[in-house]
Amino acid sequence: MSTSAALADAARAAARAEGRETFVLNLGPQHPATHGVLRLKLTMDGEYIARAEPVCGYIHRMHEKMGENRTWAQFLPNTSRIDYLSAMHYTHAYVAAVERAAQLEVPRRAEFVRVITSELNRISSHLVWFGAFLLDLGGFTPLLYAFDDREKILDLLERITGARLTYCYYRFGGLYNDVDAEFLRGARDFVRYLRPRLDMYRELVTENIIFRKRLEGIGVADAELCRRYGATGPVLRGAGVAYDVRRAEPYAVYPELDFKIPTHPRGDSLARYLVRMEEMEQSLRIIEQALDLIPEGPFRSKVPKVLKLPPGDTCFAVEAARGRFMVRIVSDGRDIPYRVKLRTPSFSNLSLFEEASRGMLLADALAFLGSLDLVIPDIDR
Amino acid sequence: MKTPLRELWTGFRSLLTGMRVTLTQFFKPPVTVPYPYATLPIPERYRGHIELVRDPETGMSLCVACKSCEKACPSGCIVVEGIKREGDKKKSPTVFTVDFTRCSLCGSCVEVCPTEALRFSRRYNLAGTDREAYFLDLLKRLQAQAASTPTPATKA
Ligand code: SF4
Ligand code: SF4
Repeated sequence: MSTSAALADAARAAARAEGRETFVLNLGPQHPATHGVLRLKLTMDGEYIARAEPVCGYIHRMHEKMGENRTWAQFLPNTSRIDYLSAMHYTHAYVAAVERAAQLEVPRRAEFVRVITSELNRISSHLVWFGAFLLDLGGFTPLLYAFDDREKILDLLERITGARLTYCYYRFGGLYNDVDAEFLRGARDFVRYLRPRLDMYRELVTENIIFRKRLEGIGVADAELCRRYGATGPVLRGAGVAYDVRRAEPYAVYPELDFKIPTHPRGDSLARYLVRMEEMEQSLRIIEQALDLIPEGPFRSKVPKVLKLPPGDTCFAVEAARGRFMVRIVSDGRDIPYRVKLRTPSFSNLSLFEEASRGMLLADALAFLGSLDLVIPDIDR
Repeated sequence: MKTPLRELWTGFRSLLTGMRVTLTQFFKPPVTVPYPYATLPIPERYRGHIELVRDPETGMSLCVACKSCEKACPSGCIVVEGIKREGDKKKSPTVFTVDFTRCSLCGSCVEVCPTEALRFSRRYNLAGTDREAYFLDLLKRLQAQAASTPTPATKA
């Protein structure tokens, strides 16, 4: 036996004698509660977590590298596959970054359609989270209700984009194709449909005593912790900070629309839950206003067939369903990107888990993990 | 003493709410469709795998084998070869295959085609036991479609 192994054995024996023996528990990469191939290496002290080490990379697909060997337009399909639940926002950030670099005009109608579809996408993303989160907590029924509602959004978006998840709907200088009156009517009907459903969820889930007791005070991530790890989106707003890219760095037609940034000061899992539920209501408000304001007109401006960006460095951030998503593109003047950097929110939101989960019960940590709303391909990208 | 009582009341109310929601749902029509006995309509713009469009007059493909789609495809899954046949003004394709296993259904090929010779099929229930089933020969598919729905020209 080597000396290091002997030392480790001795250390373990000492720990056992003192009653602070730990063991390693693997959570994932195939575990229903991690919602994807995330692996958590948990060092457990009985039922309590001594250390949780996230192991990423199981679904790494080199999106950034792929950007470097295809034309600007050919990267578009990738943007809807990074965070597959919030595809519209990701495409939005990328096309807007290219538009900023190439100084392309976007018609007003297209900007409104982008806002409407993005907000619909945000609601559908939150609905998936809502259902899956409750599933983690042991409530099966809300998932079915949430998916029923989400189905309506998918049907709407499928009618205009042709896809149900990987929309790839925005183009440089506009949209892939125009929306029709039936879509606009459908969107309005959906707003009217979802409002009472959200009330039902409030009664059924938010006010449920088991649910509240399960989440109150669990997984506290305060503003300082969020700041250190760069957490954004509902995680940061659940810690009481009213940071929303749509207001902090306004883009599209968001400055013209009236909506609130929901915040909750407590920073626990329940606060994050409440923020997302309120966000859905705010998204409905945004959709309603955008539907009132949407003008007629072209949906796409003229864009050169072979797009070459001037040399330079451009960033663009959007508020995706999980937080701040930023694209940085570097061009050296060719028709192929020199660098595409993706700043994804789930990665930062996961990073704080290690520190915040120390000393938590395993079952509580799973509730905490669910409340962070992680999408694993978004972490690994 | 007060708090446990209030909790008991809230818990009881939560229970009743749950039962009420379930009971109302019980009398609503089902939201699911018993596939495969019934199917949902596939929307007009549905992006299935690509297929060639027939010229309504000649019944031939509109493709002029310019290879724009081959170049535009981010995944490199299209292969087009074409020749200029005797007496024709334009080239016509002799080979047109798509490796559907690599296609991301992005639509770049459809958008870039100068003659609008490509469109999305609305085939969605794809399942197969081998990889070869997804190496699609679009010219063959076009011929099969022509055989089943003849245009005025092919009928004559
Ligand atoms: S849809 Fe996209 S990936 Fe598929 S064949 Fe066309 S260009 Fe290639
Ligand atoms: S772009 Fe159109 S015309 Fe050109 S090869 Fe492809 S299908 Fe044929």
